[in-house]
Amino acid sequence: MVAALLLREIQILLRARASIVNPLAFLLLSTLLFAIAAPKLVAETSHQASGILWVLVLFTQLLSLDAMFRRDYDSGTLEQSLIMADVPFVAVLLRIFVQWLGTGLVIVIATPVIGPLLGLSWAAVPGAMLALLLGTPALSLLGSIGAGITVGFSRGGIILALLVLPLFLPVLIFGTDIVNAAAAGLNYTAQIYWLALITLAALIVAPFAALAGLRISVEMQ
Amino acid sequence: MKLNLKLKEYWHKLGSPRWFYQITTSWVTFFGICALLLLATGLVWALAFAPADYQQGNSFRIMYVHVPAAMVAQSLYIGMGVAGFVGLVWRMKLTDVAIGACLPLGMVLTALALFTGGVWGKPTWGSWWEWDGRTVSTLVLLFLYIGIYALREAIPDRDLRARASALVSLVGTVNIPIIKYSVEWWNTLHQSASFSLTEKPAMPAEMWLPLLVMVLGFYCFAGHQVLSRMRLEVLSREATSRWVLQLLQDKSAEAGLGQSSLIDHGRD
Repeated sequence: MVAALLLREIQILLRARASIVNPLAFLLLSTLLFAIAAPKLVAETSHQASGILWVLVLFTQLLSLDAMFRRDYDSGTLEQSLIMADVPFVAVLLRIFVQWLGTGLVIVIATPVIGPLLGLSWAAVPGAMLALLLGTPALSLLGSIGAGITVGFSRGGIILALLVLPLFLPVLIFGTDIVNAAAAGLNYTAQIYWLALITLAALIVAPFAALAGLRISVEMQ
Repeated sequence: MKLNLKLKEYWHKLGSPRWFYQITTSWVTFFGICALLLLATGLVWALAFAPADYQQGNSFRIMYVHVPAAMVAQSLYIGMGVAGFVGLVWRMKLTDVAIGACLPLGMVLTALALFTGGVWGKPTWGSWWEWDGRTVSTLVLLFLYIGIYALREAIPDRDLRARASALVSLVGTVNIPIIKYSVEWWNTLHQSASFSLTEKPAMPAEMWLPLLVMVLGFYCFAGHQVLSRMRLEVLSREATSRWVLQLLQDKSAEAGLGQSSLIDHGRD
């Protein structure tokens, strides 16, 4: 069952290539906005790159989370998979994983381009990639909880952001700390462990919470 | 063994709307009177009789509102989280009533804590607001409250609204210690907690005694408010049931009004 579900999810991801391209395009576009509107803020000497990068990553994730379950919800497939799957939370976990592939992994790969555009020093790019590699799964996992609850709302986007941003905060705090430490050349091992802890804890808790939220949403149809 | 059974019976009774209403009738009066006495004593003691701080002078007295408000706001959120957990596991309907009752007071007290914190900060720190660990955590608490409020407004069906609020309250409660831990990594401008379970407070007794009275007063006030709101919601939910109609009849008889004055016979 797992193989079949995973194959289906990846096929959907690859066929609807917009789900990979759109987050990337949004990230680049918002970087462009910063470069035009606040060029001194993203200058290489301004040291604000870490925070700006992470906030843009959060916004990109929010936009991508909104549509995470929507297509399946509208077509009724979600309800069917919740009823018929042997282990429903695995189906949810696979969906979260594939969403991360399309958003988080793409962000990590794009960091060597986006980072320096925002003024991140080259020395900090490996640290930033590691931080994003550990942090974006947590964002996808925690965001799926909000996405599960709000998938039935017609104007759910804002409520999704309101519910999910407090959950994102610890990831943001540790993530920016890591990138700042990497840029300053300091040791950031401790923060890496904390971020990994958050991601693992999210991995344990989030699929069940998202599943509970999806069950509620499906009954709202 | 008998005590165990008695406690179980009591717990189950509290879960039934009718019994809950009966049991809490005396509690509401008790909390109300205690709140009145404690707050009145505390305010006068705190504002007039407590000694002035040697560094901050008289401006520190806002602490006597700021600290209790923040404590009760956090406790109310934890209460909502516990109610959410009980509601999801044991499917008790009254837990949703509890969440709905704690929500408005929690939001207002969090906003009050943030506002009084700013008022306190201006003469002492020199600025209305600083982004340090505790201020960020309290601001996040406000957003958690607003999020649950928005969620409740968006779902019309009562049972689904109950389950969604319970889920979000629970997830948010789990998040609060995580946020507290992670913001400890930031430089802290805010002072540490006045009361801790294991240490003596750093303030002299003449200062923390009125604070204790205010804190207890705020808790009693919160208890009175939450129970009153819950009772009102219970009456409104069970409005067509026999015990509510009987209660209204008894109340109107007590007040000496005609039999049909409080009961709407238009739908008979």
